[in-house]
Amino acid sequence: MRDSKSAGVVTPQYVQIDKPLQLKSGLELASYHLVYETYGQLNTARSNAVLICHALSGNHHVAGVYADKEKSFGWWDNMVGPGKPIDTNRFFVIGMNNLGGCHGSTGPASIDTRTGKHYGASFPVVTVEDWVETQAQLTEHLGIAQFAAIVGGSLGGMQALQWTLDYPEKVRHALVIAAAAKLTAQNIAFNDVARQAIMTDQEFYGGNYYAYDTLPRRGLRLARMLGHITYLSDDSMAAKFGRSLRNEELSFGFDVEFEIESYLRYQGDKFADLFDANSYLLMTKALDYFNPADAYAGDLSAAFRVAKADYLILSFTSDWRFSPERSREIVKALLDNKMNVSYAEITSSHGHDSFLMETEYYHQLVRAYMDNIST
Amino acid sequence: MHELTMNDTTEPSTIALRPDFAAIAEWIKPGAKVLDLGCGDGSLLRYLRDTRHVFGYGVEIDDDNLLNCFRNGVNAIQYDLESGLSSFESDSFDYVILSQTLQAMRHTEGIIQEMLRVGKEGIVSFPNFGYWRNRMQVISGRMPVSKALPYHWYDTPNIHLCTLGDFEALCRQCNAHILERRVMSNDHPVQFLPNLMGMLAFYRFERKG
Repeated sequence: MRDSKSAGVVTPQYVQIDKPLQLKSGLELASYHLVYETYGQLNTARSNAVLICHALSGNHHVAGVYADKEKSFGWWDNMVGPGKPIDTNRFFVIGMNNLGGCHGSTGPASIDTRTGKHYGASFPVVTVEDWVETQAQLTEHLGIAQFAAIVGGSLGGMQALQWTLDYPEKVRHALVIAAAAKLTAQNIAFNDVARQAIMTDQEFYGGNYYAYDTLPRRGLRLARMLGHITYLSDDSMAAKFGRSLRNEELSFGFDVEFEIESYLRYQGDKFADLFDANSYLLMTKALDYFNPADAYAGDLSAAFRVAKADYLILSFTSDWRFSPERSREIVKALLDNKMNVSYAEITSSHGHDSFLMETEYYHQLVRAYMDNIST
Repeated sequence: MHELTMNDTTEPSTIALRPDFAAIAEWIKPGAKVLDLGCGDGSLLRYLRDTRHVFGYGVEIDDDNLLNCFRNGVNAIQYDLESGLSSFESDSFDYVILSQTLQAMRHTEGIIQEMLRVGKEGIVSFPNFGYWRNRMQVISGRMPVSKALPYHWYDTPNIHLCTLGDFEALCRQCNAHILERRVMSNDHPVQFLPNLMGMLAFYRFERKG
């Protein structure tokens, strides 16, 4: 059933950007490349483009499948495709791997052409604002003057918000899902524990582990396990695993006993094989630094004064990592500015991960909103 | 802000057939900023947008209604009115509308106070419990069930029903100055003995002083 509405076979594309990127940190990246995918057709008026911004561990492979890899569906294949809520029969959808990532765009694991070595620890810290700038470069390359919509969940939602502040004329609609205008202390704390797990791994070598032909797998695994706990809810974990044991009896030892332990270790192992630890560090830092109100003495409403887009803000009741309260802060700032905004607080037991789930009501809301966007 | 780019999905003419909407619309100045509390599926807001070119938001707690607001292309915010309107700044709307929702609210006095704070004017409509048919049913020993009050006592969301007299007393208590009142029965205006002959009541009010 999934295949019938999939975006079909897709091929990643690359673009080399030689315009130096001035980073928020003050550093400069002389050149870089970006990997992206597109779904659907850009119309002749070039007015139906939709950018999907990915979250911490996402990438450019949003929808569809790779020809040489069975079941290699994009991470948001349930949302993006022909006839799906973000309908590729109407919209030209773009997914891009963020700078600093590890799926094809320039990142710490890339070779720095100036030295012939991996960037490693020398790769600069990038921010949400920096990402928006790189996405704007890709947009220019593709000849798109204005997006019909920019969509993102979690860290992706932050990018959608930032777009409307940095390029108010270039975004008609922003769909900001399970996001926040800034992280709370608790949220930053989780990120730092994840970073500490990676950086204290003996195989980390100050971020230059590539040179030692090794990986800080244990650290990245722990970081992912911790993150995963925070993306689920107590209820969803209880429903999925409860106190189920792998074997019938307690072993009175420290090996895997509970199903939740087994699950988390599996998820951690899988992730440690696929993701670059340095990219993980960068992504969590970008999350921590995001705070558009910072430049306005903490006044988020003032930050949105420049915005012109219409907004859809969505949150999920059981999401405690990016709680509905954070979304309501965004809504409040938009209401203060008399922006077109709609907000739904979706009942869901899946925690932060809800934004990736194929829940009927959630998808109906997105579909209803997208259907009303003219192209 | 961009111009509204939403496509029309419902014929405005069918909505215009609702006389309670028309009664409210007559009070709304063109181009006004409107907050519609308990906005249902958003059709009043849509009607006001199409006929009065208002800019506004609906507030709605019910999931199905909210989805229909999205389909109707109106701004809708999923908040619980019972916890107040803290997301809305004082004096930030020309009109705050509470259309046939007052009687279902727990914090009746609180919402009137909040309407007076957030809006320059408030507009409230509610089914008149003092309507003679309601009175007759009570006299005959049963709780009223009618077109305006279609529920049974055991399944009604209406927990704070009132008469015109009751509402006007509440307005005095809340320092709300009534600017205008309209009373309707079966979609027709009622002039004679409104608290007895009126099924639906509409009030427009502002903060006193």
